[in-house]
Amino acid sequence: MVKEEQEESPNRPDNTAFTQQRLPAWQPILSASIVIPMFVLIGAAFIGVGVALFIASRDIQLQELDYTGDDSAHPCYKCRSSTEKCTCSMTFSIPNLFKGPVFFYYGLTNYFQNQRKYGASKDDNQLYGDLDYFKDPSSSCDPYTLDSRNIPIVPCGALANSMFNDTFSLSHVVNGTQKIVPLNGKGIAWWTDYNVKFRNPSVTPLINAFNGTKKPTNWPKPAYELDTTDVYNNGFINQDFLVWMRRAALPDFRKLYRRITHDDYVNGLPAGNYTLTIEYNYPVYSFNGRKKVVLSNVSWMGGKNDFLGIAYIVVGSMCVVMSIVMLIVYAKFKFAEDD
Amino acid sequence: MTVLKDIPEKWLPVVLPIKKKKKTGFGGGKAKKKRTEEERKVKANDREHNEKFQYASNCIVTSKYNILTFLPVNLFEQFQEVANTYFLFLLILQLIPQISSLSWFTTIVPLALVLSITAVKDATDDYFRHKSDNQVNNRQSQVLIRGSLQNEKWMNVKVGDVIKLENNQFVAADLLLLSSTEPHGLCYIETAELDGETNMKVRQSVSVTAELGDPNNLASFDGEVVCEPPNNKLDRFCGTLYWREKKYPLTNQNMLLRGCVLRNTEACYGLVIFAGPDTKLMQNSGRTKFKRTSIDRLMNTLVLWIFGFLVCMGVILAVGNAVWEREVGSLFQSYLPWDPPVDNFMFSAFLSFWSYIIILNTVVPISLYVSVEVIRLGHSYFINWDRQMFCSRCNTAAESRTTTLNEELGQVEYIFSDKTGTLTQNIMTFNKCSINGQTYGEVDPLGKQRKRLDFTPFNPLANPDFCFYDEKLLESVKVGDLHTHEFFRLLSLCHTVMSEEKSEGELVYKAQSPDEGALVTAARNFGFVFRSRTPGTITTIEMGRTVTYSLLAILDFNNIRKRMSVIVRSPEGRICLYCKGADTVLLERLHPCNQELMSITSDHLNEYGADGLRTLALAYRELSEDEWEAWSESHRCADKATDCREDRLAAAYDKIEQDMKLLGATAIEDKLQEGVPETIALLSLANIKIWVLTGDKQETAVNIGYSCKMLTDDMTEVFIIGGHTVQSVRQELRSARERMIELSRAKDGGKTEGMEAWAEACFMGNGMKDGQEGDCTSGRGSKQLHCSSFPPSASGDMDSISGEFALIISGHSLAHALEADMEAEFVSTACACKAVICCRVTPLQKAQVVELIKKHKKAVTLAIGDGANDVSMIKSAHIGVGISGQEGIQAVLASDYSFAQFRFLQRLLLVHGRWSYLRMCRFLCYFFYKNFAFTMVHFWFGFFCGFSAQTVYDQYFITLYNIVYTSLPVLAMGVFDQDVPDHRSLEYPKLYEPGQLNLLFNKKEFFICITQGIYTSVVLFFVPYAVLSDATQSNGVPLADYQTFTVTTATALVIVVSVQIALDTGFWTVFNHMFVWGSVGSYFTIMFALHSQTLFRIFPNQFRFIGSAQNTLLQPVVWLTIALATAICVVPVLAFRFLKLDLKPQLSDTVRHTQLARQKRRKPAGRSMAGTWRGTGSVSEGRLGARGGSRRSGYAFSHQEGFGELITSGKNMRLSSLALANFASKHSSSWIETLRRKKNNHTPPSTSGECSPAPSNMSGMGPALSNSSSVLGGSQETPIEEETDTAVVLSSLSHPAASEPAEPRAPAQVAPADSSTSAAARTDSPGGWTRSLETVQVSCFFS
Repeated sequence: MVKEEQEESPNRPDNTAFTQQRLPAWQPILSASIVIPMFVLIGAAFIGVGVALFIASRDIQLQELDYTGDDSAHPCYKCRSSTEKCTCSMTFSIPNLFKGPVFFYYGLTNYFQNQRKYGASKDDNQLYGDLDYFKDPSSSCDPYTLDSRNIPIVPCGALANSMFNDTFSLSHVVNGTQKIVPLNGKGIAWWTDYNVKFRNPSVTPLINAFNGTKKPTNWPKPAYELDTTDVYNNGFINQDFLVWMRRAALPDFRKLYRRITHDDYVNGLPAGNYTLTIEYNYPVYSFNGRKKVVLSNVSWMGGKNDFLGIAYIVVGSMCVVMSIVMLIVYAKFKFAEDD
Repeated sequence: MTVLKDIPEKWLPVVLPIKKKKKTGFGGGKAKKKRTEEERKVKANDREHNEKFQYASNCIVTSKYNILTFLPVNLFEQFQEVANTYFLFLLILQLIPQISSLSWFTTIVPLALVLSITAVKDATDDYFRHKSDNQVNNRQSQVLIRGSLQNEKWMNVKVGDVIKLENNQFVAADLLLLSSTEPHGLCYIETAELDGETNMKVRQSVSVTAELGDPNNLASFDGEVVCEPPNNKLDRFCGTLYWREKKYPLTNQNMLLRGCVLRNTEACYGLVIFAGPDTKLMQNSGRTKFKRTSIDRLMNTLVLWIFGFLVCMGVILAVGNAVWEREVGSLFQSYLPWDPPVDNFMFSAFLSFWSYIIILNTVVPISLYVSVEVIRLGHSYFINWDRQMFCSRCNTAAESRTTTLNEELGQVEYIFSDKTGTLTQNIMTFNKCSINGQTYGEVDPLGKQRKRLDFTPFNPLANPDFCFYDEKLLESVKVGDLHTHEFFRLLSLCHTVMSEEKSEGELVYKAQSPDEGALVTAARNFGFVFRSRTPGTITTIEMGRTVTYSLLAILDFNNIRKRMSVIVRSPEGRICLYCKGADTVLLERLHPCNQELMSITSDHLNEYGADGLRTLALAYRELSEDEWEAWSESHRCADKATDCREDRLAAAYDKIEQDMKLLGATAIEDKLQEGVPETIALLSLANIKIWVLTGDKQETAVNIGYSCKMLTDDMTEVFIIGGHTVQSVRQELRSARERMIELSRAKDGGKTEGMEAWAEACFMGNGMKDGQEGDCTSGRGSKQLHCSSFPPSASGDMDSISGEFALIISGHSLAHALEADMEAEFVSTACACKAVICCRVTPLQKAQVVELIKKHKKAVTLAIGDGANDVSMIKSAHIGVGISGQEGIQAVLASDYSFAQFRFLQRLLLVHGRWSYLRMCRFLCYFFYKNFAFTMVHFWFGFFCGFSAQTVYDQYFITLYNIVYTSLPVLAMGVFDQDVPDHRSLEYPKLYEPGQLNLLFNKKEFFICITQGIYTSVVLFFVPYAVLSDATQSNGVPLADYQTFTVTTATALVIVVSVQIALDTGFWTVFNHMFVWGSVGSYFTIMFALHSQTLFRIFPNQFRFIGSAQNTLLQPVVWLTIALATAICVVPVLAFRFLKLDLKPQLSDTVRHTQLARQKRRKPAGRSMAGTWRGTGSVSEGRLGARGGSRRSGYAFSHQEGFGELITSGKNMRLSSLALANFASKHSSSWIETLRRKKNNHTPPSTSGECSPAPSNMSGMGPALSNSSSVLGGSQETPIEEETDTAVVLSSLSHPAASEPAEPRAPAQVAPADSSTSAAARTDSPGGWTRSLETVQVSCFFS
């Protein structure tokens, strides 16, 4: 508007684009010239990505070994209800070279790490190495805060208490002899967990920090003895402990146990027969859980995952189909563009 | 929430207390009034005595809180809101550790935010209330204490005090008028603020106290008043004054009420009867009903449903929990033992239920209510800021006084409008006249040579504001045409106007009714100046010559007589009766010899009537002395009669008002507000039905109906219901209905043309496809789908009425029609009509009519009015609109919206209302969608986490999702979105229809939204579930841990809802961009911050997600998952919308599309706009063209009877010709002196009324006349008799004519460029002008 009405009444509202709702605006409209090409493009892109994913996923090798032992024929059957230390072993063969690096996982099913109370049952301050919470753990750890004699449990809580404690060793049968495959347990936990989130109290030796505390009831040995060989893998920063403490989102999960990155196995597991020896400690039978060991390698997009590729291809094809339908509809009910 | 308080400063002090009355519950003044008062006893000048009764003081407290009580009272009030209590309840639940599935702060943060915002708002409101209270309470008034006048603050005025009021002061309390400086103890008050009536009212004191006069006597006055207790009846007061052993009855006539202003009275004294909260003003300001919109109600229903849904989900999950705990959890106890107090799966399920209630509560987040309020507030500000709703003449902007109703403005179906002051300006202008068979004032409507006559050279006393365009009349006056002179003489004599001359030549007329004032002003300008009157004389200046008539009788107006007469004796001794009145009654009383003139005049009257003018016929009769004597005797007899005085008087009047000679007729234009016909036309195109409810007479109302195009001559039939008994009203209604059915059947049966025309119009207005052909017959079946404007059939025949009908019903018939057994009948009849006019209705009836429609039609109603008599209907309608900028403020105070001009209604409804509705609907749809998408993920997760109420998201995400991550984009959409620009929605009124039909947000739309939300939640849960359960990072670490899952899902959710809002936003202003991108940005920023090492190091227990963001979002798989989820969520929506746009486009889509196409082709934007206006304009052209056959006329008399009596008794008159005398002594103005001298020594020759052209000083007049030589042509002698010095004054007085006033009849002036089209359309369409208009519009659109 013209700026001539300088002496406007003060009551007159301001003449700005904002107050007069005349702000410049982009007004997109779902016109055929945008939507249909967009669908074609999206479709093409998705199909492309999907195919790439599918191929990548197909190339990944996977070896799964269930060692729950619920079948009487199974070598681990005996350990299922044993209260003693029990070891069983399974053999399997790899037909072709299992390309490295190979990752060694243990998996549990029907195991509810994502249960709210289970997940909340820990004390982050304690795990951060705060000695105050060694003496007085958070009540969120109940009923694993104090033992029957009111001695605080460190690390407290159901999550820590239920730490997975089966151990595995893998040996390659070369010419009838068992050759141990070296397993690398370094760096299997998140960097932030290892370096920031979990801390041992700055007390040396570590054992002194645990004075006046008790080990979790289910643990065979206290936290400061988890790995006596390596001070950087002991206590709360023990990698296996860290892996366990990073709770799974779903009841069927697998966790990284070791990597196979050493010696002859840098490029993978050669074809041949292998023996998996399991120190069977962790009871899952009571709640119908299953335990398994998984060997896998990864591609650029991670582990084996057929779903992603297929989903991409399906969605992409749907887009293309949709664009055709829209084109037909558009041609038939042509928008009256010319009037 | 409540009100934007922008009441003009001027009113603030008086007004705010009225508004905020509801709070007096907390006020101090009211607290005392526990016991009910049965009778009030007040003793004058005796404070000790009166204190015994503990009457309320004059201190007004409208504020709610003080500093101490603010917090508790305000919190108490806020927690009375269900939503707030609900969230408090949730908060308490969260504090129970066994239940708490979420930290307490997820609820308390939003709750605290909401509470504090509301508290701040309340505090500000209250602060202003305190301020205005103080201002009012500290006003000064003069109180008579111990015999002397002392200044006191208003709040210290006590019941029983005598206070002095001066001119133009507000009355401080309800006073009993004791005495006044005016004679007879009269005083004048303006009650605009009390009842909205702007005319002055007379109050008179009891004669005994009137004699007291000055303060000295009043100080010793010790009368006692016993009266009724405080009440809210403005027009009633009943009491007794006991003084000196005598009783004097007191009525409302003796009272001055608080809120009035003293006018034209130097000073007066009054006794305080009611003070402060007891005053009628305060008693009247009852609590305003809190209005809710239909969306509000729907929202509440939906929230209840959602709550039910929430409980259902809780129950499902609790049952799941029970089963899980029994089947799995019990076995899993070695790893997770049950809590000792739980130890039972049933109890666990019970706890789980509450836990789920907590985490699923976000389906109804607290931010819903806050956001809705914010959006409405924004819309209200847009209304306040709209320059196109600013009236520069009254300097008033539109004001949205509530912030709760905006979206309902987009759903209005019925408008109830007051007439006077709303449709009309309540300004009467003398527009045309017919004198002796010659009509004057007919000017070519196109106004080629429309030139306003300049009266000043001819007549120094002329009113400069008067406009007249026909110079023939002035010439006729100048040549001294006998009839013309007699005509104007009648106008200058036959009236009850009072004159006041403030300074020389500045006559001010005080008329009871504006039309009388207009007539007297017309006479004044044409040289017959009514100067002053005494009870027995009328002094006029006829063509410059002062003539004093003795007034023998005033035969006053009343509603049955419909006429008034005066009998005067001219200075020459001639006795003459002048009569003016409704043509229907007057023409019967003419002398037979007038037959020919009568038929010509009657034709003229019809013409005037057809133009919507108010007409009066004028006649006179000369009386011989004997006749007069004889009649005078009989009149005196009748006057003195004690029984049936009225009837006898009427008979006496009737006797003398016979055998009169017709002089002519006047036509007065009841000036419409600007743009009223266009607005009404546009609103009816938008399928809004307009009812006029007026207190005016039927004729007036009908005339206005015609002039504002509600009624047209094209209408099939206009029914008038005027029965006085139940039976007759019922009969009339029934026959109207039968006739309607018959007529519409005749039409439908014949060619089904009405239907077809309607369908066509509808289709063309809606579909916009191949319109020119109008090829409707083939595609009618399908196209009728669009035509949802047709009223949904409910009661058979009445709903399928085609054709244009109008119903006019008068108040007394309405009283019967509104009775329970007839109301359904009335509603069905009235709603079948295009226009309904209710006349002579009381304020209560106005409200009843509104309630009736609310009850029977389930439609949104809007009432618009300007006066106190409209308050009831404004309050009872869904939306009340007050016309501001007028004097009265009551209507505005009661209203929800106010603006200065009726025509702003179209912008308020079609632009602001429509946008508000659209925005609110889109907002709600999206809001429910996003919260279902967000919350339902928990539900699905429940099945995988043992129904343990484990949240999927981080607690911070849950806290911030609704208040940070997703609030602003949707708010921006809710505030700024536009589908089509404002001028388009005025061009295509059909765009308004979705609102009326409630199409954009209803239960169906809601289900679609939540279905989409649930679909999204399924995708958001199961896609990451399927992908992540097996996926690993490239270093082999599995991605299936809880925190990664959380981050993935949350990120996908934020992205999906952001994409969705981007799709929903149709109008991307800079704010939308900022908020949409900003929200996504803030999500990532905040997430990285919360997952940072720094925060974790400070609070290891609170920020457990350390490192998750980095770890997760660096994984390509995660991004592929998010992209996949987004695509699966959005692609179907996009496809669906595109197909819907193609297959079933809404009108708004079409308009938007066309707009875009047009922008591309860079057509001049203004063109089609102009086309529309031409279109609407052509309607009025059509009316003019189609005139004929209809005989209508209205008569212009709107004042109350009884004023004549006041005049002849001399009561309402100051000392005779006081003004003139005063004035002469003060000013030695030359010409007025001359006039007076003349008056004294000049004995005019006896003439029969026409002014004898006296010898005048032509040389003196020369210079003045030369100014208007084109008008006068210098042809005749100037019939003004003046002395030599007049010319000097004259030339000094003769100023250029005032600037051309606003075009009085705008519609008629609009260039009828398209009238050929519309005329053509009209001829073949009995459907009437709506259809023709639409055709025009469509054709404009295509051109």
